[in-house]
Amino acid sequence: MKKSVAIRDAYGDALVQLGKNNRKVVVLDADVSHATRTNKFAQEFPDRFFNFGVAEQNMMGVAAGLAIEGWIPFVNTFSFLACLRAGDQLRTSIAYPKLNVKIAAHHGGLSNFSDGVTHQSIFDLALVRSIPNMTVIVVADAYETKKAVQAIAEWKGPVFLRLSKAEVPLIFDEDHEFIIGKGNLLKEGTDITIVCTGVMVSRSMEAAERLEKQGINSRVIEIHTLKPIDKDIILNAAKETKAIVTVEEHSIYGGLGGAVAELLSREHPVPLEIVGIQDTFAESARSYDELLDKYALGISDIVEAVNRAVQRKNHFN
Amino acid sequence: MSTHSLQLINQLQKRAKEFRKKIIEMIYIAQSGHPGGSLSAIDIITVLYFHHMRIDPSNPLWEDRDRFILSKGHSVPALYVVLAELGYFPEKELYSLRNINSILQGHPDMRKTPGVEMSTGSLGHGLSVGVGIAISGKLKKKDFYVYVLLGDGELDEGSVWEAAISANKYSLDNLIAICDFNKVQLDGPVDEIMPLNPLRQKWEAFGWNTIEIDGHNILEIANALDFAKEKRKGPTIIIAHTIKGKGVSYMEGKFQWHGGAPNQKQYELALKELEGEK
Ligand SMILES: Cc1ncc(C[n+]2csc(CCOP(=O)(O)OP(=O)(O)O)c2C)c(N)n1
Repeated sequence: MKKSVAIRDAYGDALVQLGKNNRKVVVLDADVSHATRTNKFAQEFPDRFFNFGVAEQNMMGVAAGLAIEGWIPFVNTFSFLACLRAGDQLRTSIAYPKLNVKIAAHHGGLSNFSDGVTHQSIFDLALVRSIPNMTVIVVADAYETKKAVQAIAEWKGPVFLRLSKAEVPLIFDEDHEFIIGKGNLLKEGTDITIVCTGVMVSRSMEAAERLEKQGINSRVIEIHTLKPIDKDIILNAAKETKAIVTVEEHSIYGGLGGAVAELLSREHPVPLEIVGIQDTFAESARSYDELLDKYALGISDIVEAVNRAVQRKNHFN
Repeated sequence: MSTHSLQLINQLQKRAKEFRKKIIEMIYIAQSGHPGGSLSAIDIITVLYFHHMRIDPSNPLWEDRDRFILSKGHSVPALYVVLAELGYFPEKELYSLRNINSILQGHPDMRKTPGVEMSTGSLGHGLSVGVGIAISGKLKKKDFYVYVLLGDGELDEGSVWEAAISANKYSLDNLIAICDFNKVQLDGPVDEIMPLNPLRQKWEAFGWNTIEIDGHNILEIANALDFAKEKRKGPTIIIAHTIKGKGVSYMEGKFQWHGGAPNQKQYELALKELEGEK
């Protein structure tokens, strides 16, 4: 088993590093700085840290004001609050005028397994992906988190960065090349392609290993930028492997699966299976893995989806 | 003016003491939850359910019942212990808190837990829902009351104040809010994170009747609830001065105990202290 590191810890450290290198970075939080780990930045740069209390809408609007003045605000709250509670501010005051605000959307997916439904964010990607001008990024491990924080600070325009509360096995290393809009080939394969994102990348890799034993050679592609999505890497995979399975810690509607379906249906239709949460709210659990397994995100769910897609592909040929 | 007997007060105090122990036990077993705000609110919830509210646990959806909305949903262990004692669900369920398939979610779920009136957990929603139910009470000419428990940190949310002006507009004298004013939110002291003072004047300016009490004094809580129900115009808020983590010395006043479970040593110490508490 690979070493696991909490994505939020990596984020907190990366933000401090960024604060040292870039004096225009300001950090906003809404009474969750201990959960988001922005408390590290707050300690290091008290003059560039602002806590607005439990008031996400106000915080989002304030970020717009700061961006107009040339600062680079990193807004921090839980993902569901960023896109639902403060969603109108996000749309009207940030996305519409293309302001340079970075939204750090914490505790994505089911990673807040114990607090339950109200604190889980399982349709955030569908919401923000459909807002014009938004760049949407989902990180898969601690190294990628570090690279992403750096990259989005340099990127012009609003970015939604989906983070996680979870400790996630390391996939990449210090040399990981992170380019916004570019997918990563994690494993070569010819029978099918698993396109995955975020916390589900490690489970997808495990599924791919299991599939090898079954005689199915799957390609694995990690997509960290859901928008703008890397069309080339996905279309090539569709052409070469002729079937695709997407895997995400999100509703089956409107996330990575939706993005890939939109692309394939337009440009190169092939059998596609979407692994994700089935249009349902989840619940509280005492263990993260247990919750992922119950809500259709188990390794066996990926394996089964791959088998279905391969069958459909063979049926077509 | 008090009509509350010493006997009643003692009995409620005893209950609250037992509830505090159970809250700690539940959170210890689940290894997650929010002890601070549960312990600051338990005296208030105890007086509401065991003395004040008109309820029938054998008929949770009785039309004429008083309604209680826990807007600061993270303090739900304090509600669960009370509902279990009243028989809304079996006591043993308490120890399934936050477990997969449990009827006791990490935050209140009105579809899973008998007696829970509203699903909450995202702060700043409960008072609006309370306004809706109170308006319905008026429309249906019912005489039930609606109680909404708010956190002080929760008052940062603008939606609370949107609800507040609407309650005044519709003269909702059947709506009683209680603020668990424990002076600590998630990240630290309210005075540092987002100052609220002068809190009472804010509510008065919004047209509410106000009363300030010691939220751990059973008699004061009972009297304040009576005060709120004496015929007066419009909604009332009880600003209850409380201590976050009340009853467990190492938790008291500490934002570090907003959320989080005690380890075994801390658990045993907490139970010992609560046992000794008067
Ligand atoms: C809208 C929203 N924002 C943030 C949170 C995370 N959160 C949970 S409790 C809390 C602090 C609440 O403080 P307070 O209302 O004073 O609660 P208490 O001290 O009574 O426990 C925060 C920020 C949330 N649940 N909902």
